[in-house]
Amino acid sequence: MRIKEHPILDFKRGEEISFSFNGHPLVGYEGETIAAALHAQDIKVLGKSLFTHRPRGFYCAIGNCSSCNMIVNGVSNVRTCITDLEDGMVVNSQEGAGSIL
Amino acid sequence: MRQVELVIIGAGPAGLCAAISALEAGVEVLLIERDKFLGGQLVKQTHMFFGSEKQYASLRGIDIADILIEKLEKYKDKLEIMTDTTVLSVYEDGVLSLMHGDKYEKILPKSIVVATGASEKVMSFPNNDLPGIYGAGAVQTLMNVYGVKPGDKVLMVGAGNIGLIVSYQMLQAGVDVVAILDAAPTIGGYHVHASKVRRMGIPILTKHSIKEALGTDHLERLVIWELDKNWQGVEGSEKLVDVDIACISVGLTPLTELLCQAGCEMKYVRELSGLVPVINKKHETTVSGIFVAGDVSGVEEASSAMVEGFITGLNAAEKLGKVHPNHDELSKDYHEQLHFLRSGEVGNRIRQGIEKIIREDF
Repeated sequence: MRIKEHPILDFKRGEEISFSFNGHPLVGYEGETIAAALHAQDIKVLGKSLFTHRPRGFYCAIGNCSSCNMIVNGVSNVRTCITDLEDGMVVNSQEGAGSIL
Repeated sequence: MRQVELVIIGAGPAGLCAAISALEAGVEVLLIERDKFLGGQLVKQTHMFFGSEKQYASLRGIDIADILIEKLEKYKDKLEIMTDTTVLSVYEDGVLSLMHGDKYEKILPKSIVVATGASEKVMSFPNNDLPGIYGAGAVQTLMNVYGVKPGDKVLMVGAGNIGLIVSYQMLQAGVDVVAILDAAPTIGGYHVHASKVRRMGIPILTKHSIKEALGTDHLERLVIWELDKNWQGVEGSEKLVDVDIACISVGLTPLTELLCQAGCEMKYVRELSGLVPVINKKHETTVSGIFVAGDVSGVEEASSAMVEGFITGLNAAEKLGKVHPNHDELSKDYHEQLHFLRSGEVGNRIRQGIEKIIREDF
């Protein structure tokens, strides 16, 4: 859900860009973070926890808590709350620690 | 290895103001920010600030960020800005390591101002990790920076200023705010903010908390309950609330990892909301050349973070042998501003906290 009207703010969204989430094609805007683009389409579960595999969403939105870590273009542990969405990005939910290789 | 005169870690209100002061004094500054833009949490503050004109009172935080960033413009040749860059570590020989995108770099600064701010606390209850349970500040970022609605029905926990302000801002974004809970018997935030949300019909339930969250993949329902005078849940007082988002606004805690790693002497001070560095009157830590400004040395408000930033920038410059032409005069004025900002009940607590970390034996 995107805010359409706001009494104070005027949201200047960038160009429409496409990306994929777990294989599904989605559309977002240039200038927004990956987590914001996903949340706008009501996608809240971004991964699974390390040991008990519980669903994980974002929490702090300042790049601190690691709860929003996802696999982006094959790279694990990307902090999606502070990382810009880019055209053609391949975003996948991360289960556990992720690989560093 | 690249050498720089002064590295400032964090480009929120404190870091930006420290940069302005140091640049004015003639210091070369490298300003490092983890997020992709400057301004820290100012960029989502759509409400008008209190304080006095000197701290830009009556302006909105978003506009204050622009004013501060514009002030940096004229020092372009002495200032380097790295956004999207995380400082990973501070070594005992003073070397900093950074990650910028996928690039790793080491830097040797002569002095450092740590202005890393604070992070939102979490709250303990069963299923508190379900997606949909977010920090109130995070929801504020989602709405006010990215124009994304957090959800349809939201419950706010915490009737401090952040809880009250973000609740009002959710109404502005067209979100139904079901209630604001607070475990305390009284509202912690300013009454002007509380009246504003009450006028809009949001109930503020004091002596209430979350018992547990329900949902399979994400938050679907909350069980809330009343607390007795010992802050314990009252059996039988449970209520089921249908919400898709819960905002947790139970305070912030200083982000001091880099200071701990650098070997700065730390102290747990309740009044300052967590583990904070021992400092002298110049805002320098027990590790020579490492200064602090803003919430990292005690959680307060953006107004005091700005003033602390200005002071610390002057002091860091002085230590580098570059004394601002108006050092004494400015310093006196900033200290008076802090004194003004820290008057009153909340300020009193902050002052008591600061007394516990100020030492002059190093």
